[in-house]
Amino acid sequence: MTTTTTSHHAATRELAVQPRRRPAAFSRRTRHGFTVLSFMAPALIGILAFLVYPLLSALYFSFTRFNLLTPPTWVGLRNYGAMLHDANLLKAVENTLWLVAIMVPAQVLFGLGAGMLVASVRRGTSFYRTVFYLPALVPPVAGALAFVYILKPGAGPVNRMLSAVGIDGPLWFNDPTWAKPSLTLLALWGIGNTMVIFLAALLDVPANLHEAAALDGATGWQRFRLVTLPTLSPVIAFSAITGVIAALQYFTQAAVAASAANGEANTGGGSVASAFGDPEGSTFTYPLWLYLKGFKYNKLGYASAMAIVLFVVAFTVVAIVIRRSRSLSGEQS
Amino acid sequence: MSPLRRGAALAASLLVAAALAAGCVPRPPRETIAPPGSVASGTIEFWHFFSDREADAIQQAVDRFEAKFPQVKVVVRAGQDDDKTTQAIGAGQGPDVALSGTTDNVGKFCSTGAWRNLTPYLERDHVDLSDVPQLVQQYTTYEDRRCAMPLLADAYGLYYNKKLFAEAGIDAPPRTLTQLAYDAKQLTKRGTDGNLEQVGFDPLSGFYENSVAHFAVLTGARWMDEDGRSILGADPAWKTLLNWQKSMIDFYGYENIRKFQSTFGDEGSADNAFEKGQVAMNIDGEWRIASIAADEPADLDWGVAPLPVADNRPDLYGSGFVVGNVMGVARNSHNPEAAWQFVKFLSTDTDTVVSLANVIKNVPTLTSALRSPALTSDANFKIFLNISGNPKSSTSPLSANGTAYQDLAQAFVNDWQAGKVGNLDRGLRKLDDTINQALGE
Repeated sequence: MTTTTTSHHAATRELAVQPRRRPAAFSRRTRHGFTVLSFMAPALIGILAFLVYPLLSALYFSFTRFNLLTPPTWVGLRNYGAMLHDANLLKAVENTLWLVAIMVPAQVLFGLGAGMLVASVRRGTSFYRTVFYLPALVPPVAGALAFVYILKPGAGPVNRMLSAVGIDGPLWFNDPTWAKPSLTLLALWGIGNTMVIFLAALLDVPANLHEAAALDGATGWQRFRLVTLPTLSPVIAFSAITGVIAALQYFTQAAVAASAANGEANTGGGSVASAFGDPEGSTFTYPLWLYLKGFKYNKLGYASAMAIVLFVVAFTVVAIVIRRSRSLSGEQS
Repeated sequence: MSPLRRGAALAASLLVAAALAAGCVPRPPRETIAPPGSVASGTIEFWHFFSDREADAIQQAVDRFEAKFPQVKVVVRAGQDDDKTTQAIGAGQGPDVALSGTTDNVGKFCSTGAWRNLTPYLERDHVDLSDVPQLVQQYTTYEDRRCAMPLLADAYGLYYNKKLFAEAGIDAPPRTLTQLAYDAKQLTKRGTDGNLEQVGFDPLSGFYENSVAHFAVLTGARWMDEDGRSILGADPAWKTLLNWQKSMIDFYGYENIRKFQSTFGDEGSADNAFEKGQVAMNIDGEWRIASIAADEPADLDWGVAPLPVADNRPDLYGSGFVVGNVMGVARNSHNPEAAWQFVKFLSTDTDTVVSLANVIKNVPTLTSALRSPALTSDANFKIFLNISGNPKSSTSPLSANGTAYQDLAQAFVNDWQAGKVGNLDRGLRKLDDTINQALGE
């Protein structure tokens, strides 16, 4: 009986308070913050899971001896110290620097030239844009294999054509002197993306500026240097930055071209990695050595140290290029 | 944020990442073994590297196992190499049974415990290993830990083009390196422009199967001493080998032979230089027999002989380089008893080994299988069977660092044959230091 009365009173109290609004658990500002966060969450989760966490993990592993199969053990800076005495690393750095110094400027110049050529075409514009862009759609492996065939000494069409006009063609991918220039040709062939960006920027250059300069008596070269080039400078900087990053990470084409041109020799395991760098280490890039160290020799700690150094170098180069391009385009002044 | 607080935040992030990273590396599970007489049952996953015709042969062996042990089901995953296996096991997953196409990683799998120690299983089941040839036993064990069992082997011999031999007036394949050099010169043809049109023997290391490891057996060169230290600079057989190789290269001219080599087709294709008659003699494995049969090259009349050996080591003639496929029970196996049952069946059942050898055309890894009347072999294949059974045949030593020492030697030989090594003695001694450093990492 008593119990029933108590329940009745409690129910009455509940009904009495029901119309009152409960105080807000979060302030308007906090709620707004949650809303923003909820919209950003998919991207944030992706960045944290696939960029920040792996990067911090690599940083940690770079201070360890880790073979993937047993728990890592802390070795401090030993991996970084070992990099100073690694002859293979030196070779890989040399080749990668070559790509940065030669291939990247060539790509920027060729992309700009192709963009200007296509922009100047008056008839069949779509056709030429498609033709120049098409190689960019070819998968890197297929492109590399095709180039190895095209440039194959003896049987390849390029050397046959050269031979027809009395030129003894080089060994291309089979010659340590010509292997990196051959890779550069491959990179220039697939210049479509850079060309499209340059083309868009070229079409964006105000025509009235060119007209004004022409009226002032500026020559074609002067108009290019003083009107076109300053307008293009952000695009040039962008191409240089993405080109440098791609050159520092250059892997697929070097690996495929070396293996395909080699005809494949191995130590009995049938591993493609045995031909990395052929001929004579001329295509042996930094990422190839990183891969071999990590996944062929299972030196994940050392490979992580290499990855961290690569990240720092790429970050520094990009920062320098951005700062330099800002000062060139006069933003800082 | 002040620099101090920023630094503290970064340090905290690093600590969290370190803890998470360390926590994400699975600890090896405890290995237990069932008492004698236990019956294995359940499902196991089997990873192997074969494809196409060879994968079909493996599937037939799996079918035979399932018919004999119906309580065990095998899920087969083809096309899995050692890199994938290593990463999967490291992540706490992977197969129950893994088949590797090389002995290069046995040292790593055994020393890290990635593959289980099979000795307790062998002892419990009273498996008699005397049927497994001594060399095969050797390459499936690392520092007294048996973590692998064999499944067919590869032996290397000298393929030679009989038609080109007859045209050059040579009636028998060479037995020594001097004879090999002489015959190679007789079999070499140059065009009017001086370019090579046919070579007797391509001496460049790195070409097809001309790896340093396969060359080493020609002079009986040893890689390491009993303590596992590199002895390339101390063993004169290396110098004999490399000087002989250099003299062959000098005969052709380094640039000439490299230029001619760049016209060769892919090793595994029908454009293989030996099959096309561009090279008259070639070091290769027994599997080439099946490839030649499949490619049916026109005009190729060929034979096989043991590898020629150093003039001062006639005792080595008939031996060769032997290596093989190996399999093990992964440490993460959810069903190690069934996995062991499967490994035991594939590696010790004579009929299964014979049947696989007949289809894949590899050398059986059981003496009973080698002697089995059911083993199909012709005169050429018999040469490889004899090489694999020769007591002086050898293989590369196992290392916890895989092929690191061979790769360093290969890089040195690449420099040597390109004429970039001035003093061979000094170069080899320096190579020893580099290899010892790599082995100690």
